[in-house]
Formats: sequence, C-alpha cells, structure tokens
Amino acid sequence: MKPVLEIHQLSKRYRIGGKKERYLSLRERLSKTFFTGAASTTNFFLALDQVSFEVAEGDCIGIIGKNGAGKSTLLKILSKITPPTSGYIKARGRVASLLEVGTGFHPELTGRENVYLNGSILGLKKQEIDQKFDEIVSFSGVEMFLDTSLKHYSSGMQLRLAFAVAAHLEPEILLIDEVLAVGDAEFQKKCIGKMDEVSKSGRTILFVSHNLEAMQKLCPKGILLQNGRLVADGNINDLITTYLATNLSHEKFYDSSSMIRYLKIAQVEDKIQLIADYETTIPFAIPSLGFVIYNQMGHPVVGYNPLMESNSKMDYQYPSKGRVIATMTQPKLLDGTYNVSVWFGSGQVDFFEDQNCLQLAVQAMTSLQQMDTKLVGHAAPTCHCEFLTR
Amino acid sequence: MQDKKEYIIRARENFNINLTELWQYRELFYFFSWRDIKVKYKQTVLGMAWAILQPVAMMSVFVLFFSKGLNLSTQTLPPALFYWSALLYWNLFQSGLSHSAESMISNANIIKKIYFPRLIIPASSILVAFFDFLVAIFVFLCVVVYYDLTGQLPALHYGRLLFFLLLALFVTIVTTFGIGLFLAALNVKYRDFRYIIPFFLQFLFFATPIVYSIDAFAAFTNLKYILAINPISSAIVLARSGLSNEVIEYPILYISGATMALFFILGIYQFRRTEDYFADLA
Repeated sequence: MKPVLEIHQLSKRYRIGGKKERYLSLRERLSKTFFTGAASTTNFFLALDQVSFEVAEGDCIGIIGKNGAGKSTLLKILSKITPPTSGYIKARGRVASLLEVGTGFHPELTGRENVYLNGSILGLKKQEIDQKFDEIVSFSGVEMFLDTSLKHYSSGMQLRLAFAVAAHLEPEILLIDEVLAVGDAEFQKKCIGKMDEVSKSGRTILFVSHNLEAMQKLCPKGILLQNGRLVADGNINDLITTYLATNLSHEKFYDSSSMIRYLKIAQVEDKIQLIADYETTIPFAIPSLGFVIYNQMGHPVVGYNPLMESNSKMDYQYPSKGRVIATMTQPKLLDGTYNVSVWFGSGQVDFFEDQNCLQLAVQAMTSLQQMDTKLVGHAAPTCHCEFLTR
Repeated sequence: MQDKKEYIIRARENFNINLTELWQYRELFYFFSWRDIKVKYKQTVLGMAWAILQPVAMMSVFVLFFSKGLNLSTQTLPPALFYWSALLYWNLFQSGLSHSAESMISNANIIKKIYFPRLIIPASSILVAFFDFLVAIFVFLCVVVYYDLTGQLPALHYGRLLFFLLLALFVTIVTTFGIGLFLAALNVKYRDFRYIIPFFLQFLFFATPIVYSIDAFAAFTNLKYILAINPISSAIVLARSGLSNEVIEYPILYISGATMALFFILGIYQFRRTEDYFADLA
C-alpha cells in the first residue's frame, strides 16, 4: 500500500532582513532598486531543511520540536497555505488542517451562522453541515444561544462551538497544530478524547503540540525536528526522551539584551538551588526570582514566587548587577528529570520570562524509597505517624 | 483502499488559473459573500436602505449644486437621472474596488490558517458591492418608470435600456475585478496602497464623466478618448444612452473595451502569480 503522504526533500526558506521584514513598503523597495547595496542586508532563514519522511494510512504522527524548529511551517506546507521553496509532497487523500480552532469566526454573526461559515472554511460542504448540524450543536453544548451573536458568547463557549465544528470534519488526513494550547483542562480532555476516536477510526493524523503527555497518549509514532531538520523518527517515547535530553541544560546564558544573564539550577545535597545573575539599569524594589518546576509531561509540580512571603529587605538598595540564589528545601522531589520555567521582575513587573528553559535532574534528594512518580506524584512529603491504642 | 486522488504540493512554476479548483470552492465563495453582506447591515436600523440612501443623497447634492446652482448641462436627461445613472456604476466600482483591495489584509487571519483559492476573497467583496448595486438599481428603475409615465423620457425604449444597463454592469464588474485583484495583490506586499487607493479613487471620480457628460468639453474634443481609458466612463455613457437613446461614439467603447480587458488580464495575472506567498506576507 502506498503511503498517504510522501514528503520528499522539503525545504522552506524565508527571507529575513536586518530588521523585521514582515512586509515591505514601496519606499524601501524603491530605495533598494535604486541604491543597491545600501539597503539592509538580507539573510535567508531555512525554516525547513531537506525534510523527508513518509506517513502510512491510519498513522498518527506526533511532530516534536522546540519553538522555531519548523513544526508549524511543515503543517502549513502540508495544508497548502504556503508553498515549499524546494522539494515536494505527494498526498493521497483529502487533507483538512486545524491550525487554529474557530478560523473565520465572526463576532457579529450568530452561533448558527458561524457554524456554517466555519464549517465551510474548514472544507465541509453545506449539505454535510446541514446533516451534522444537530450533532455539532449538541456536542458544543450551546443550544440555548444558537441565535445570539457570537460576540456575546463567553470565550469558553466560543471555543466549544469552534471545536465542535472541527471535530466533525471527516478528512482522510487531519493536521492539528497546538489546538490543545487553549482551553481549560476539561476542554483539553474532550479534545484528546475526540482525537483518539478519530485516530482509531483509521484516519491519518499529524499532530503538533508541546503537550508531550497528550502526544504520548495519542501518537505511537513521531518525528523530531530541530532547526528545520528532521533529526529522528520512530517510536514516540524514544523521541520524547531524545527531545528532552538534547534540548535542555541545567544552565543557560543570555545575551546583553536580557536582564538575566545567566541561570543555573542544580540539586545541592538535598536542596534545589536556582542561581540567577542579573544586570539592570532600572532600580527596583526587590529582585524577585520566581520559578515553576514541571514534570516531563509538562505538569507543574511546584512553583515559587518570593512575593508569597515578604523576605525582601525594606529600604535596601539592591545592586544593579547582582546574583539571586533561591534555595528550595521543601518539598523534596523524587528521582527524575524536570523542566523549569523562570521569571524575574521587580515585584510589580516581570522583566524576564523564559518557559521551560532549564532542565533539572534530581537524584536521591529524599531518603524515602523511590516510588513510581506516575502513581504517587513527584513531591515527597514529610509525614509523621502516631500509633495509638483505642 | 479506495482510489484516492493523488496530488503534489510543490513550489508553483508556471502560471495557471485553475478554474476546476475555483469551481470546487464555489460554496466557500458563497459563504464569504453571505458573511460580508450579513455583517454589513448588522446592527443598523435602516439596514439595506443605506444602499439606496447614499446614492440618492449624493444625487440630490449634485442636482442642487451642479445642475441648479452651476447650471451644468445634463444633456437631454432630467438631472436626477443623469447623475443617478452615473452614481450607480461609480458606487459599484468604488466600493467594489476599495473592499477588494483591502480584502486580503482584512482576511489575513483566515489566509494564514486555511488554504482555499485566494481569488475567492476579493471576488466575494465585489459581490457585496454588487448586492448593493442590485438594491439601488431596482429603485432606480422604479424612478425611471415614473419619469417615463410622466413623459419626461420621450425617447426611452425599455429593451435598449436594459441591454445597455447590463452591458454597463458587465464593463464595471470586469474592470473592478481586474483592478481590485491587482491592488489586492500589491496591497499584501506594499501597504502603501491602502493610502494610495482613496486618493486614487477621488482623483478618478473627477476624471470620470459623473458630474459632467463625456462630450462636455467642446474645446478639447479628443478629451473624451482619454476619459474612455477608464472603462467606467463607458459604463456611464452606456447607461445614459440607454435612457436618452442618444447615439454612442463607438471609438469610446473600443478604447474602454481594450483597457478593460487589459486590466482584467493584468489583475488576474498579478494576483495568481503572487497569491501563493500571501500567507507569508499578510
């Protein structure tokens, strides 16, 4: 059987100017024509570099990679939104892409009208929408407000309606980009459930997400992209391991445009220590360093913000170049690898934010017997038992 | 496995219009037009009456200032019909052009997320202008009948009038489509055009025989041929001739026909050639 998608040596090149070059103004273009060389130097950026792989019918492929690795570009080319610079894709079957839920929703139209508009944009025929309309509406749970303008809907209702339409697409190949990034936990659960159903019905799915847990659940196979290149494909668990291992380090340096110059997190004996070097020109009340530790699936385990307890020295002039050392003594974490997001600010304003920028390896932090973190969670409690007779 | 259509996605090398694909997407065209028409008159008290009120108000001003005030000639036609017939087509052109030129940008969020033949978007924004035109011309025809019954249009022949109005409509739509596509494609890349277009339209308003007739310049008899470069001039000449039964100078139509075809081809060519990259630029 021929694969449904053959991606062959696919490359996409973007031009990037010295400054931002979202679109040219005529003046720039004219000045470039007349004064060649004087204008900003243009560089090329390869969003995708010679990517080749095949997708068999019924496969559910997870696409893993950092921001900017080329995941979304790949989906955009697959859905024909933008053409590749070189290479080609051979596709067999109707492709529907869901790069966003609720594409084309118009706030002035009613819920009913938006179902038709959105459905049509996503590639459904009017007749198909007519047939599925009741199903879509009951799935969304907004029956009451069908004839109300969308602008009066809560964002949750809009999302539910949008997803309900998307869930009723029946293409042979479905491309999904980060739809799970929006919505609350319940919504995400519903999405994953629906996608699971779709993949079991034998359709082909390509799925981009930062939610590794969802990906692991849904996609047995995947590809790993790094700087536009395909670095690995195959079993999703192996890919996730490779991805997590190659992309994060326990320390990170930043250039002078950032207020934070250096970050490091490490386990020191039975404590976790986060070190941050900062350099600032603005005086601030407290150099406040906050962080959140996530497990490998992206769920937060613990988080800290110095403002939670007032440990700032009032009327103290903090240095403009300094180091903050945050030491976490409790809770103890069980063995494993964790990701860390860091914030830095003045207490009122955050000047710095870097999500999932560090990796923390924990080993033997607690004297407790190591248990399966999938069953008991990641934090080791301090707990006493009293034994009484009654 | 059923026989599934196999196709290839790659960088486009040669120019093609791909009418089959456009036909496949006809429903989306319908939905976009339907959305724009719906949205246009949502939360307005007068609704579609605006499609009539605007040209009528404009016409009244013209009658008052140009005809009554400045005593400009309106040929053999009653001033109201003279101006109104021109404004019908001018408004179609103006609103079709400005909306289609802006359409790729105002729909950028959709363009970036979903594929469909991009031609649908400017085409549907012209259809919205056409919808207004239909409402307006219906009222216009009622007024024409009234003028006819009161004997103010002695030479009127309804068959000829309808034929000329349709021909004028054809010229206007094709021209608007051509220039609209051209500007829409350029607007994606060079945002300067959103500033040029209103100015360009204002200039064109005076360079089109709307408040005057095409042969009003006795001193420069050749000026009418220059005015005819703008096909809308011919559309207006046609509409007025339909009412007055006056003979049309064919060279005017030939010139307009040629420029209309040129604009149309140029517009489609420019649009199709660049549309693949709209999602990267918009």
